[in-house]
Amino acid sequence: MSKFEISRRSLLQSSALGLATLSTMGMSRLAHASNLTVGIVYVGPRDDFGWNQAHAVGAAALKDVPGVTVVEEENVPETIAVQKSMESMINLDGAQLIFATSFGYYKPFVLDVAAKYPDVEFRHAAPLWTDSDPKNAGSYFGYLDQAHYVDGVAAGLSTNSNKLGFVAAKPIGTVLRNINSFLLGARKVNPEATVQVIFTGEWSMPVREAEAANALVDAGCDVLTCHVDGPKVVIETAESRGIKCCGHNASQAPLAPNGFITGAEYKWETIYKGFAANLAEDQALPNFTGAGFDKDFVRNTPYGAGASEAAIAAADAARADVTAGKPIFVGPINKQDSTPLLAAGASLDNYEPSLDQTDYLIEGVVGSIT
Amino acid sequence: MSDDAGVTTVLLAMFAGAIRVSTPFLFVSLGEMLTEKSGRINLGLEGTLVFGAMSGYAISYHTGSPWLGVIVAGICGSLFGALHGYLCKLPKVNDIAIGISLMLFGTGLAFFFGKAYIQPSAPRLPSISFGVWSDHPAVRQALEINPLFLLGLALAVFLWWALKNTRYGLIIRTTGDSAPAALALGINVNQVRLLSTMAGGFFAGIGGSFLSLYYPGSWTEGLSSGQGLMAVALVIFARWNPIYCFWAAVLFGAAGALGPALQSIGISRGYHFFNAAPYILTLFIMIVSTSPRRSLKGAPGELSITK
Amino acid sequence: MAETTDTPGLMFRAELLSEVRDQLRRSSEYIVIPILALLVSGLLFSLFLLTLGKSPADFLSLVWRGGFGTSFSWQNTLVRATPLIFTALCVAIPARLGLVIIGGEGALVLGGFASAAIAIPMVSWAPTYLLLGVMALAGILVGSLWIGAVGALRHYRGVNETIASLLMFYIAVSILNFFVEGALRDPSDPNKPSTMPIGSDNMIGVIPGTDVHWGLIVGIALCGILFLLMNRTTFGFAAQIAGGNIRAAQAQGLPVGKLMVISCAIAGACAGLAGFFEVAAIHGKANASLIAGYGFTGILVSFLARHNPLVIIPVAIFLGGLAASGGLIQRRMDLPDATVLVLQGLLFIVILVSETFYGRFSIFRSKGETA
Repeated sequence: MSKFEISRRSLLQSSALGLATLSTMGMSRLAHASNLTVGIVYVGPRDDFGWNQAHAVGAAALKDVPGVTVVEEENVPETIAVQKSMESMINLDGAQLIFATSFGYYKPFVLDVAAKYPDVEFRHAAPLWTDSDPKNAGSYFGYLDQAHYVDGVAAGLSTNSNKLGFVAAKPIGTVLRNINSFLLGARKVNPEATVQVIFTGEWSMPVREAEAANALVDAGCDVLTCHVDGPKVVIETAESRGIKCCGHNASQAPLAPNGFITGAEYKWETIYKGFAANLAEDQALPNFTGAGFDKDFVRNTPYGAGASEAAIAAADAARADVTAGKPIFVGPINKQDSTPLLAAGASLDNYEPSLDQTDYLIEGVVGSIT
Repeated sequence: MSDDAGVTTVLLAMFAGAIRVSTPFLFVSLGEMLTEKSGRINLGLEGTLVFGAMSGYAISYHTGSPWLGVIVAGICGSLFGALHGYLCKLPKVNDIAIGISLMLFGTGLAFFFGKAYIQPSAPRLPSISFGVWSDHPAVRQALEINPLFLLGLALAVFLWWALKNTRYGLIIRTTGDSAPAALALGINVNQVRLLSTMAGGFFAGIGGSFLSLYYPGSWTEGLSSGQGLMAVALVIFARWNPIYCFWAAVLFGAAGALGPALQSIGISRGYHFFNAAPYILTLFIMIVSTSPRRSLKGAPGELSITK
Repeated sequence: MAETTDTPGLMFRAELLSEVRDQLRRSSEYIVIPILALLVSGLLFSLFLLTLGKSPADFLSLVWRGGFGTSFSWQNTLVRATPLIFTALCVAIPARLGLVIIGGEGALVLGGFASAAIAIPMVSWAPTYLLLGVMALAGILVGSLWIGAVGALRHYRGVNETIASLLMFYIAVSILNFFVEGALRDPSDPNKPSTMPIGSDNMIGVIPGTDVHWGLIVGIALCGILFLLMNRTTFGFAAQIAGGNIRAAQAQGLPVGKLMVISCAIAGACAGLAGFFEVAAIHGKANASLIAGYGFTGILVSFLARHNPLVIIPVAIFLGGLAASGGLIQRRMDLPDATVLVLQGLLFIVILVSETFYGRFSIFRSKGETA
């Protein structure tokens, strides 16, 4: 385990140092781009106003590469179906590069198919690849918690009740990390701030998301944000209740003309454009591609009417800091059960691998994981 | 937060949730109740609900009138009902199975034609503010009531009265209880069932339009998490009584608000079970309230599912 | 089969021939009508495609290619058909008693969860066969208890089995999520809450020369066994009578309650086995991916097969083929995924309606027999 940690850390440090690409890690097995079929698998509909749409819009960059054919399949569940879909793309469409865009595709499905088809390249949208995995597989990911941190800074200066609400789907690592970073942002400018979290238990369940948003407002929260597949409902509920909100995944600014502050968005197109450039020049794709603001993999939605001058100034400053590599996790930080995570003065690098394994909420977040 | 304030918050949230969430359950279960009273079961109302949600949203987007959307959703629903009613009159055609395939068909069509309406924002239904007297924001919010909820309540009372006291009510009940008896009275059994299923589909379509046009108020493919199927089940729970259908829907809505409300006051351990509260509660009530000795009161004798 | 040698001798040659011909006529009804139904639904769907400006011929050839045309496609189809065989049995067996169980998905989910959970303390020491055996038993046991409870509630409390099984599906999901995201969560995988993996060495392999796991063979065998049980034993006969008229069956002294509970328990065991195979052959652990809708598709399979365990096999394969070709259709024809849903809905409606034509055409009758 420790070996993996070290290798991952050095890998990530090299990316943080701004090395041009990690392509040395990759193995060039791809045919020339002039004759390449790329398969993309989505877990939901391609136009869901959220996660899948963000990928589909970004992946459109690949279609512009001359000689590249893109085949896409949507609503593929995280079961044997995704394995068979990928194999079908390989066997029936001749795909030589496959993008699997949902977390649960990786283990066992992407790994199995990668082992079975060593001549096909696989890239998966989550920070899960390690060097013990097949070399024709890999990961690409944007560290969205950096953008949630900036959201938190703006939210911390926008609240009167000091209670921020967070509607979350499931207590998985990425979600918990976003919640923690959101709180740390708010606490940075407003030490009184707390984040109240409600888990809906499903990635997409609009009625319960609306109920959760209403319950948070009723409990006194006056800024809402969320991490669910389609944030539309949460944002619209916040707006109709006359409070402020921060978005997630894609721009929801038009949905809340009065209360929208800013939002945390993946910028998958940066990654896909990078891949497209690699393909156009017949370069190998890196095995691990991960970054945040520093490489323009994530961004904040342009400020809406809900953002005050002070919030804008503080958020801009925070983003500049994170882009420059200043850590988000700075001690003293306790976990929810009061056990220390970081002592005073200690800090975690923003790409610290252990943060990918977040299985806790920190003190200041109200709500339990189980 | 003090305990009292917490309890108040949860109760208020459940009250608000009962009003906000119950409407689709109410309309679908009233529709299904009417269909089942005539002696057929239509399990396809989930598909009707989803198609109603999509078509209502689309019409509201194109015409700017959400009420027109509601009406069109109802009409589309009654078309699905007509299909079900017509096919099931053919001998040896199983109404449950046709219902399940209509669920697929309706959902499929809604997703197919609904792709274009996920992005656009359509005008939503207005609500009536009954809470202006209160200065408590949560109370005011809870009393923002959509006219469809009131319409559903009125419909429940009307159906209850009409089934009991009118000639049409008698015809439907007779048809549902015994087709031979209805035939002997000169009733056209298939036509009664066709019309009842169409009316049921109409209500289910309206229930769907409430989801997309009011609460939560947008069209996505994940909009219905089985509300249509559950509402069909609630009819049995409500013993085919329209007034009970109303209470069942309200109870279901209130129980659904429990999970998020408890989490909002910091009680979140085991939230999976709180979120499942409507199902657990319904099952529990059914177990304690039924008896093996007598058949279900109000159950139509012709119904395949209770025979 | 001693009589068979005597029979021809006893019968005139001409009589035998006409007997065979009549038999053929009657059974050809069961081939001709489904084929006509397929053609009609194909025609209707072609109209749908033509209004969208797509080619029905392309569509058909893609369904063939994606579902049945290559050896890869066949295996893809069989892999997708396997869980449907089990979940359809979960509907078919209680249906003989007139019970409509729509919550088989719940038994699948909990059966899978139970087999993954019981494996956790055993993985470190148990040999593979013991581990898999215990896991399968756990899946069967939990599945049969879950749906068996539905049958018991129906008989002893008068709770409607359709609604109870649906409610219990939602409860099963909350139980799975509660444990998988809580006490039994594998701490090394924070991003997809799951139980501890059973280890790839312990997983059920594939049938040699294919990509299809052994669940398919078990499922087909189970269909055969349950066909015999329901059609050749006193249990099946009693169930049939009770399904026809419960009061009459009770009056005859049949133990209706026992029949109901046992039928439901068998049904739950089938769904639980489906969950076991999902865990032991596909995922290697239990997580929310177990909730994949197989239980609900199984309802349709069973109704299309008219609750006949043997007919379930081809129907499940047919459905698996449609699912397998769905991806290819999306990719090649630029049609949304919902297209396959529309086709399925249409197909099932037409096939179900075609039931009405059995016995209506005199061409399938022997001379002198009246329709």
